[in-house]
Amino acid sequence: MKARTERPGLGWAAPAVLFFAAFGILPVIGVVYLSFTQWNGLGDPQWIGTANWAAMGSDADLFNGIGKTVTLTVVSWLLQTPLALLIGVWAAGPQRNRAVLSTLFFLPLLLSTAAISVTFVALLDPNFGLAASWGDGNFLGSPERALYVIAFVIAWQFVPFHTLLYQSATRQIPRSFFEASAIDGATGLKQFFHITLPQLRNTIIASSVLMLVGSLTYFEMILLMTNGGPGTATRVLPLHMYAKGFVGFDMGYASALAVLLVAAGAALSIVVVRSTGYHRMSSDREGA
Amino acid sequence: MAVLTVTAHARKTRPARRRTVNIPAGILSAIWLAIVAVPIYFVVITGFRTPDAYTENGPLDLPTSATLENYTSLWGLGFATYLTNSLLVTAGTVALVLAVALPAAYAIVRNPNRLLRLSFGVFLLGLAIPAQAVIVPIYLIITRLQMYDSLAAIVLPSAAFSLPIAIVVLTSTLRDIPGELYEAMTMDGATTRRVFTRLVLPLSRPGLVSVGIFVGLGAWNGFLFPLVLTQSDSQRVLPLGLWNFQSQYGTNVPGLMAAVVLSALPVLALYLFGRRHLLSGLAAGFGK
Repeated sequence: MKARTERPGLGWAAPAVLFFAAFGILPVIGVVYLSFTQWNGLGDPQWIGTANWAAMGSDADLFNGIGKTVTLTVVSWLLQTPLALLIGVWAAGPQRNRAVLSTLFFLPLLLSTAAISVTFVALLDPNFGLAASWGDGNFLGSPERALYVIAFVIAWQFVPFHTLLYQSATRQIPRSFFEASAIDGATGLKQFFHITLPQLRNTIIASSVLMLVGSLTYFEMILLMTNGGPGTATRVLPLHMYAKGFVGFDMGYASALAVLLVAAGAALSIVVVRSTGYHRMSSDREGA
Repeated sequence: MAVLTVTAHARKTRPARRRTVNIPAGILSAIWLAIVAVPIYFVVITGFRTPDAYTENGPLDLPTSATLENYTSLWGLGFATYLTNSLLVTAGTVALVLAVALPAAYAIVRNPNRLLRLSFGVFLLGLAIPAQAVIVPIYLIITRLQMYDSLAAIVLPSAAFSLPIAIVVLTSTLRDIPGELYEAMTMDGATTRRVFTRLVLPLSRPGLVSVGIFVGLGAWNGFLFPLVLTQSDSQRVLPLGLWNFQSQYGTNVPGLMAAVVLSALPVLALYLFGRRHLLSGLAAGFGK
């Protein structure tokens, strides 16, 4: 007798599973293991117990890095969320020239981090860049300003992506909601605060988690624009990790820092998701 | 008939959608538009200016005499190699991801085996692993495989870190195929392989396009894996080439901007000819 329906066997999934185990899961186990070893990138890692973890206590750059990372993460969120939300809601609207403008909005998405970084380094050059005609022209070279300038360029790169999320979520809000409230006399801001915002709740949470966890581990742009400087003004935790590992060749200590980052990212997303009750809200469209 | 209803509906509801909330959001959007447009203008225009004109007339001046010299000179600086390498890395990563992810998604959707459920759970967890945090063990694995400083060294981890999102998007695409279609084909005596090539492959095309674009963009713009896993000029990809250009010829901003444009051209072409696909690819796995 023939089987009622076909069943692709385990073999169909084996290549993907084995491949991911080798280059996705093994590195996660590896980074925990390496955090208990000493390794300079050549030869074999040597087990040294908890020495790397103990060394964190006397690493001034680590505490500086945590401070910078927290500042960058918070500033990025505060800058990007309102911008992306408002522009996304606006871009979902029916304006006539919206299509052309949206096309422009999304252009930064086409550029790589490297391209954006070298462009802004040129624009912010205190002698020949646009910055030359703006105050003292010192942006990336100023210990007080550099981190905020970086936060701005990160926003320039990522606001379009989050705008895209908000735009498509706004478009999915049933029109009947707005029609019904319009009949009841609600307009403008009232509609925004009582319909749009609550309906975007899940998108706000998801976009925030992506943003927070993203800026926690992000360092490519900082490496390209300031390399942590001036001094240690922009030396965020992931950059500190990279420098320890691939410039200072202390791969064991870099791995310990990496474990710290993964743990912080996981904890942060759990906190955001729990505190907002995201897991209980499987559907926010009930009654739609 | 359906079309008629939709247009009638749209016409009827248009007045209700004219929300006044668009005024503050519109102003903000206009400001952000300028912030987006100025650097883009700068990149495009500067690429056609001579270095002398740039330093003399300032960064935002219109090109008095447009020149293509910046573009032609890129060839002599190795950009043909970087471009080829980036294309190879992107094609390799996309091909590898699609080749292993689609069969796996097929098995996960059609076979209720416990091991497959477990592996799907592992892929879901994999979504949360930031690549930055595991570069040290990735470096260890790649050097042990004798693959350091090769394009394959970039492709393998890039593909592995794209697999979770690919699996998630493709399983949700395949879940939309009605079970009756599989059953009907099996009734007609089709083998699993035949169901895969005749049913799964054609019907999962939209998902494959989204995943391909998302993964391709990530590989094309990727900076971290090339930075850590390659070093020689012959294996350099475009983002690293930009960085190298900046550190070697930092004062030649017009040349650098020409390189930036070159690095974005393939993505721009995709944007112009398949904007819908590109945007759906960018939001891949996020369609809520």
